[in-house]
Amino acid sequence: MAPVILWSDVLIWLLVVAAIALGWLSARNPLLRAAWQRVGRNRAGMASATVLLAFVGVGLLDSIHFRSLLESSAGPAAARPAAQAYSVDVLSLLDVALTPLRTRNEKTYSEPLATRAHAKESTEVRAADGRIRQSRDYPRLKYGGAHLGADEAGHDADVGDRLLRASGIAALVWGALAAAMAGGLARAEACSRREAWRRIWRNESDFAGNAVLVAMAVLLLLGLSMAMLATPYHVFGTDKVGQDVLYQVLKSVRTALVIGLVTTLVMLPLSIFLGVVAGYFRGWIDDLIQYLYTTLSSIPGVLLIAAAVLMMQVVIDTHPHWFTTAAERADLRLLALCFILGVTSWTGLCRLLRGETLKLRELEYIQAAQAFGVSDLRIIARHILPNLMHIVIIALVMDFSSLVLAEAVLSYVGIGVDPTMISFGTMINNARLELAREPMVWWSLAAAFVFMFTLVLAANLLADAVRDAFDPRLAGSA
Amino acid sequence: MLAYLVRRLLYALPILIGVNLITFALFFVVNTPDDMARMQLGVKRVTPEAISRWKAERGYDKPLFINDEAIGSAVFTDTIFFSKSARMFAGDFGRAEDGRDIAREIVSRMGPSLAIALPTFIVGLLVTVSFALLLTFFRASYLDFWGVVLCVAMMSISGLFYIIGGQYLVSKIWRLVPISGYGGGLDAWKFLLLPVLIGVLSGIGSSTRWYRTIFLEEISRDYVRTARAKGLSELTVLFRHVLRNALIPILTGVVVVIPLLFMGSLLTESFFGIPGLGSYTIDAINAQDFAVVRAMVFIGSVMYIVGLILTDLSYTFVDPRIRFN
Repeated sequence: MAPVILWSDVLIWLLVVAAIALGWLSARNPLLRAAWQRVGRNRAGMASATVLLAFVGVGLLDSIHFRSLLESSAGPAAARPAAQAYSVDVLSLLDVALTPLRTRNEKTYSEPLATRAHAKESTEVRAADGRIRQSRDYPRLKYGGAHLGADEAGHDADVGDRLLRASGIAALVWGALAAAMAGGLARAEACSRREAWRRIWRNESDFAGNAVLVAMAVLLLLGLSMAMLATPYHVFGTDKVGQDVLYQVLKSVRTALVIGLVTTLVMLPLSIFLGVVAGYFRGWIDDLIQYLYTTLSSIPGVLLIAAAVLMMQVVIDTHPHWFTTAAERADLRLLALCFILGVTSWTGLCRLLRGETLKLRELEYIQAAQAFGVSDLRIIARHILPNLMHIVIIALVMDFSSLVLAEAVLSYVGIGVDPTMISFGTMINNARLELAREPMVWWSLAAAFVFMFTLVLAANLLADAVRDAFDPRLAGSA
Repeated sequence: MLAYLVRRLLYALPILIGVNLITFALFFVVNTPDDMARMQLGVKRVTPEAISRWKAERGYDKPLFINDEAIGSAVFTDTIFFSKSARMFAGDFGRAEDGRDIAREIVSRMGPSLAIALPTFIVGLLVTVSFALLLTFFRASYLDFWGVVLCVAMMSISGLFYIIGGQYLVSKIWRLVPISGYGGGLDAWKFLLLPVLIGVLSGIGSSTRWYRTIFLEEISRDYVRTARAKGLSELTVLFRHVLRNALIPILTGVVVVIPLLFMGSLLTESFFGIPGLGSYTIDAINAQDFAVVRAMVFIGSVMYIVGLILTDLSYTFVDPRIRFN
């Protein structure tokens, strides 16, 4: 095995580090700590945070890549060539965990949990008297429900049995988690476990534990049911080329997260630096920066993105020698898309930050600092930046959901991620004509819809909770 | 008033020049015309002769900024920058890959785009403002709560699903209107109905929520309390006072988009097969027709700047404080 470090992986893990750093900063700053505690009391916010964490978990698993050793080169040492040959397929930990879903491809469409294909096919059946007869029937799937053998009637009972076992395990795991939470609260508030349990459900603690527990219960139930059913069946059916839809949906999560999060990583330094500099120094610097963002924002976003992506495609297509694997090319294209989205969307936040800095620099404590001869750099770092944090955090969470939605649209238009990269956009694009088929094929679209809707809804609800907690105008009323 | 308008127009000029420079840099400096030729011709047919012929046909064989070989003013005019970028100010966008004049194409495609975008815009605005007013009237009640929940849910659905679902339900199951296509004249309404409906529906979530916040902010002001103390009914307060004062923030977001309506909607037009500017852009993107994309970027920014000026003008109509200054 050879680890493959894709650029987007690096950035994703960098973001994890940044999130930890932000947490550490927030814990030390009393104002930010209070704001995060307000978020913690918001039930809708905490429930969606739990759901988002599940998505992030899937995305992080999918962000550790490697190339496996080819079997031929793993043979006896004498036959092995000097340089070990690695497979051209770049796999992630998630791919390994989902190996059955990834490799067990059917021939073409099959319905969710089906044991037979979606369309009839002519097969040759040898009749009892030895003659070969043409028969037209739904062929059995190669993998879906294969463990049932000839006993297809046992399908429903088998599914029910698996669901029951999944709920049993879910109940056990949930019980353990709930007990742990009650125990933690009991220690934190110095009361008995029973009292802690009562406080969680009566909503009397400083943390919306009940919402988190309910969200966890739903997640565990759905997740474990899917896990139990995914090995022998195709939970969301298979698509045109027989690939498992559940696998595609899970792979799409990482793409969505990269677009939603890495883009802000590009956007933040630009908008913070330019916004603060313009607002603090004013004069010709301000004029220049204002001119820059007015010009950029006056080009309609989609068109600017389209132009930039077209040009990026030319660069990528004329330099094929830059990439050793297809995954690296797709990854660079994804990153370039994030970069383009970031460069086209920093203007809004920059304008906000400039306005706020203009306001801040007139305040007495900053005037006093200037009078004492504190350097500009120090004033910006010590007095201005911390007071802009709430705007940055709000903008960060608000942008996430719109970026995830934008990815789908851009991929549909043909200026999104690489067509070989699995994402919600490419899934919808491939499936958009399937509703018109006879009989209708709905599961690819439905699966993409459910997952995308859950992700974006959770992001929107969390964004609302964060905005309510951090916006000083709203904080008093909540 | 006139002086104000002239000043605004003069401000717009450097921005347009900036846009022009950015698009020029994007299309000609990031990639050389040679790269574009290689891309367009495909791997198999790339020969030096083919590339130079491709460039010559499109006028890309000139120097970028300064032509040393030319005489007189042609030093500057016989360049890519002048012939491809600067001439856009005069409305000359050159020819598309299929040889048609882009400017004429744009004029003929504006009609269908407007036929969809204008009704969507007007109906959408009426629906969302009334919905937001309704939620404001019943604020802090169950209706308000579930209305906001509905809005958040609606804005979490990708626009693609609205279109796919709408086409499936209305056209395939109920068979009410054709699934896509466009016809001129009076028959156009049945092609327009569904796109407009879907356009309105997909915009409800975010706009309603935004308008509701504006109304709620306005309703906590002192003058509203005074109006209530005078004994005005809640409805009168809402329509005579709150709605009028909330117009300024609403106009900021709304007037800017009016000129952009000409550009059409990429998604709706491509899904419904409407021969407007949106589908023109999408086709150009898919065919990698750089000249068309360049022209659309430029027109889009012109429209946006016109929108900004219109916004400023509309303020003077609704806000006397600005008018009398």
